[in-house]
Amino acid sequence: MDFQGFWTFAVNRSEKAWALLGEHAVLVFIAIAIAIILGIIIGILITYSKPASHAALWICQILMTIPSLAMFGLLLPFFGIGFKTGVTTLILYSLLPIVRNTYTGIKEIDPSILEAAQGMGMKESSILFRIKLPLAAPVIMAGVRTATVMIIGIAAIASYIGAGGLGHFIFQGINRWNMNMVLLGAIAVSILAIIVDFLMKKVEHRMVTK
Amino acid sequence: MIKLENVTKIFPGSKQPAVDRLNLEVPEGEVCVLVGPSGCGKTTTMKMINRLIEPSEGKIYINGTDTATVNPIKLRLDIGYVIQEIGLFPHLTIAENIATVPREKRWPADRIRARVDELLDLVGLDPEIYRNRKPSDLSGGQRQRVGVARAMAADPPILLMDEPFGAVDPITRAHLQNEFIRIQEQMKKTIIFVTHDIDEAIKMGDKIAVMRDGKLIQYDTPDNLLSQPADDFVAALVGRNRSIKRLHLIKVRDVVLNEIPTVKPLDPVDTVKQVFEGSKYRVVMVVNDAHRLMGVIGPEKLKRYGDGVTAGDIMEECQSTIELGATLNDALSVMLNYGERYVAVLGRKKELQGIITLGYLLELVKDDAA
Ligand SMILES: Nc1ncnc2c1ncn2[C@@H]1O[C@H](COP(=O)(O)OP(=O)(O)OP(=O)(O)O)[C@@H](O)[C@H]1O
Ligand SMILES: [Mg+2]
Repeated sequence: MDFQGFWTFAVNRSEKAWALLGEHAVLVFIAIAIAIILGIIIGILITYSKPASHAALWICQILMTIPSLAMFGLLLPFFGIGFKTGVTTLILYSLLPIVRNTYTGIKEIDPSILEAAQGMGMKESSILFRIKLPLAAPVIMAGVRTATVMIIGIAAIASYIGAGGLGHFIFQGINRWNMNMVLLGAIAVSILAIIVDFLMKKVEHRMVTK
Repeated sequence: MIKLENVTKIFPGSKQPAVDRLNLEVPEGEVCVLVGPSGCGKTTTMKMINRLIEPSEGKIYINGTDTATVNPIKLRLDIGYVIQEIGLFPHLTIAENIATVPREKRWPADRIRARVDELLDLVGLDPEIYRNRKPSDLSGGQRQRVGVARAMAADPPILLMDEPFGAVDPITRAHLQNEFIRIQEQMKKTIIFVTHDIDEAIKMGDKIAVMRDGKLIQYDTPDNLLSQPADDFVAALVGRNRSIKRLHLIKVRDVVLNEIPTVKPLDPVDTVKQVFEGSKYRVVMVVNDAHRLMGVIGPEKLKRYGDGVTAGDIMEECQSTIELGATLNDALSVMLNYGERYVAVLGRKKELQGIITLGYLLELVKDDAA
């Protein structure tokens, strides 16, 4: 491996790299934003029904076991080539950690706290927004972080079905036997994941100590 | 008024009822203490009153209304609830915790703020120090006080308190009890108070409900519970040395002799003599128009003075006095202290309420010696 050569390559392609990084980030951001909303809502709803919680967590688990390439393929007929299929796939993969952590975060709250709230006459909506969600927030945040880091990686594969992002370098590099290009894509994805993980950990930590 | 009518709770999957055909009536403004061994159904009974648990059978009325017909949220907002496990919200400040119900009731912010400070003062926590702290910064006893303050926040007419002083050391506990009695004297709320501790029950309760295995064994005043325990179980619960317990635990208020002859300061000594002779006590109390105790006159003074002298001239200062809220033990101490065979019982504004004599006190204890 020729480090000098890689560095020159990277510098030459930096403009394209930033553009792809931007695409990648947007893809992940939109997916995670939607997944947070969906995942938290599902996670909250299933705390009210045991059968529903089993079903929902089971479905999310199954989704996770589908190889990502297959998932893209399965969704193509519905959303076509490009961005939409990419985002949808990423949302589906993000759901499990967010739904599961929302569910456990709420379920793990000391029952006496909820009983006190209920016994004093708080409405369920007040209990949810003033007690349950704030107390579950650090756990939910941990789920969001896991999901984000995970789909930053999966998003690289989304380039294959034309959703853009850093995967573009990887697939083009493979096609052209250009290892520098593959490496650049891979390193950029890793760095993005590490930075996002670090930042979100900080946010999470602030939530716990608050 | 709270009324339980044949209330039964059988939890799903269990054969034994947790609460078994319970009948109980708590008049307005009174404290009813539930005592009994662990698992006898005290908490379950409380939770049925605010509908955290629905009874399997029977009805519960609050001021004549069947609670099953009231929206549970509405019902609970007017029933202060101190949960056995305290259950403070760990992510909220003490002030926010206390403000829970007022907030649900949409009080304006400044009214809530004023109320929070007032309650912190009431439970003996300096608002300046504790207002913005988190529950985790407080000791167990302080948390329990916050729990009590939180239950009283919106001034509910009814309080359900499940072992509110359970997790506190004996000294703090006695202090909180006294504080509570003082507060209750002003507030006159209808209270159901759960405890394991028979001494606490006797001290706090207007009436005590002894429970075992979900059944009500005896529902009586502390006085009767001590002197006439319904069965061996209650007798064992109230324990030995009941005579001494009575001294410690029976309040002057409950046994004071109210009908005592009094005179006014300007009454002539002849009147005083007449009153003295018609009285079974060996002392005559002198009161002013507001019924405040001005002094006492004993038999020696009456013998020495005759015409032309008024009660005010010959009365002596009365030192042997005690407040309504004190215990018989306190009363005995005062008598011994001042070498008198009586103690004058005074109300909040020093108005004369009655008398307790040594003979009467001994009689009360002797009743119970069996
Ligand atoms: N949710 C529940 N499901 C099933 N059984 C219950 C439930 N809550 C209480 N019980 C049972 O009902 C009985 C009465 O319980 P309860 O909590 O009322 O007792 P308690 O008098 O408050 O006891 P303690 O003094 O220990 O607090 C116990 O046998 C308990 O195991
Ligand atoms: Mg209990």
